[in-house]
Amino acid sequence: MAYYLGLLQTIGIHTLLGLSAYVLLLTGQLSLAQVGFFAIGAYISGILTVIFEYHIVPGLFVGALAGGFFAFLVGFPALRIKGLMLVVATIAFSEIVRLFFFNLNWRVMVNGVEVGPDSTQGFREIRFYAANGWDALDVVLFIWLFVTVVMAMLWWLDRVRAGATLRAVGADELAAQSSGVNIVAVKVSAMTCGGVIAGLAGGLYAHSATYVDHLTFSVLLATFAVAYPILGGLSSVFGTLIAVIFIQGILIEGMRFLGDWRSMLFGLLIIVAMNFRPAGLLDGSVVARIRRILGRANGSDRGRHA
Amino acid sequence: MGATGDAMLELEGLCKHFDGIRAVDGLSLKVERGEVFGLIGPNGSGKSTTVNLICGVFPATRGSVTLGGRNLDGLPPHRRLNAGISRTFQNIRLFGELTVWQNLWIARRDAPGEGPGFARNWFGSSARIREDIDETLEFAGLAGRANDLAQNLAFGEQRRLELARAVSARPRLILLDEPAAGMNREEVEDLRQRILALKRGGITVLLVEHVMELVMGVTDRIAVLNFGKRIALGTPGEIQGNAAVREAYLGTPDAGIAEGGRHA
Repeated sequence: MAYYLGLLQTIGIHTLLGLSAYVLLLTGQLSLAQVGFFAIGAYISGILTVIFEYHIVPGLFVGALAGGFFAFLVGFPALRIKGLMLVVATIAFSEIVRLFFFNLNWRVMVNGVEVGPDSTQGFREIRFYAANGWDALDVVLFIWLFVTVVMAMLWWLDRVRAGATLRAVGADELAAQSSGVNIVAVKVSAMTCGGVIAGLAGGLYAHSATYVDHLTFSVLLATFAVAYPILGGLSSVFGTLIAVIFIQGILIEGMRFLGDWRSMLFGLLIIVAMNFRPAGLLDGSVVARIRRILGRANGSDRGRHA
Repeated sequence: MGATGDAMLELEGLCKHFDGIRAVDGLSLKVERGEVFGLIGPNGSGKSTTVNLICGVFPATRGSVTLGGRNLDGLPPHRRLNAGISRTFQNIRLFGELTVWQNLWIARRDAPGEGPGFARNWFGSSARIREDIDETLEFAGLAGRANDLAQNLAFGEQRRLELARAVSARPRLILLDEPAAGMNREEVEDLRQRILALKRGGITVLLVEHVMELVMGVTDRIAVLNFGKRIALGTPGEIQGNAAVREAYLGTPDAGIAEGGRHA
């Protein structure tokens, strides 16, 4: 049971991380900086609950805001570059963040115990849940509360003009500008929102794991963050969730007997997906079919409601 | 045509140099309020560059653009749209994965007195927005296709959607960049009727076009560009009889009219 509760926590956290990349992909920006914001959220919320003895809610809140703040700063230089150059620049950002935490040594005495980030040894005392008597199920519910809220907000976004505007920027920047869209504002806002979501995910991760070190925030995790929405498809926010369940639940946990061969399977999966479902598992036509089954008038009716 | 001084669009000494090539070279023009103004010229004569300068896609090397007395220099494209300029593209540029309806929804500019834009961006669309968009779809003959994805439309419908999207922005001036390219005779006539309808609706039209049948049949005045300079200006009748225009189009041994041929 504990195993499945742990898996549910992982799926929830990775879904948030994937959704942070999803928001950016809607505007056509492929960012590997999400893991950097994730790390910032993890360390800052951890420092707040451990060293400053905050409750986890304000701890997560500040961690998410910090993720958003750095994303906002990254957003402006990112406007000038696109495609592969953006990928390279955002990897560089994530590495800078990782190396910062690699070097961060801030040990303090709290209630007679030395705690805090210990550079290469990691940050090992993030025990808010255990110290406050939360069991694994409480943590699962807590994480999924955030997942639900974020998904609901993004689902709503797809039904209002702001969301259509994000997609318009992703489809054609020049046409969007010529249609009155301020693409600087849209792209920086999307980057900031993505940073907030990634920072939130990072804070939840740190408290679930109770331990973070720089190795966690590798380029591999950044690749997963963008792989989820790409594999799941950008037509619906549920695509990312399904991709996370598939990769974390089936590919990584379900195939544990394969050992390290699973990493190869992941690569193979991406190649197969690119060939057979280039627009993701939940592409436009699947979403349209599902909506029809659910009794909606038309799959592409987005935006006419409400 | 209004009296002089009632200009909707005024270009003054507009220049655009690309690495030493003078795509637009000191162009001055006045488009009067409410007229359909044609801009023609051989390939590479600077028509599309002029449109892009008016829309603010890139900055002018020199010169200024004024809309209804307001200087637009330095404004990015979205602010020029808010000032009242909308456009279509030579190569269709729609939001393919959005619906026809959403394409207009994004471009729709608020009418004065509609209140703050926050609610319109983050909550649903009001009855008024829906009416406006449905009306524009009706105008473009796309009423039945509101919920189809733009990328699934036929070529002619996509052209009409681009026009509808530009109209949806409630422009004072609309720039049509070769809207008849690839159209058959019937579609061109259809487009001509729609342009005349825009004019009746009080919208000033700047039409860049190669299809002479359309240009001669719909414009009030025409300017002819060659090598980024204006070589003629007049009514369709005057332009048709203009020797310099004939020369530019038919070419003379020393003029170098071949495609892309410009003096550096």
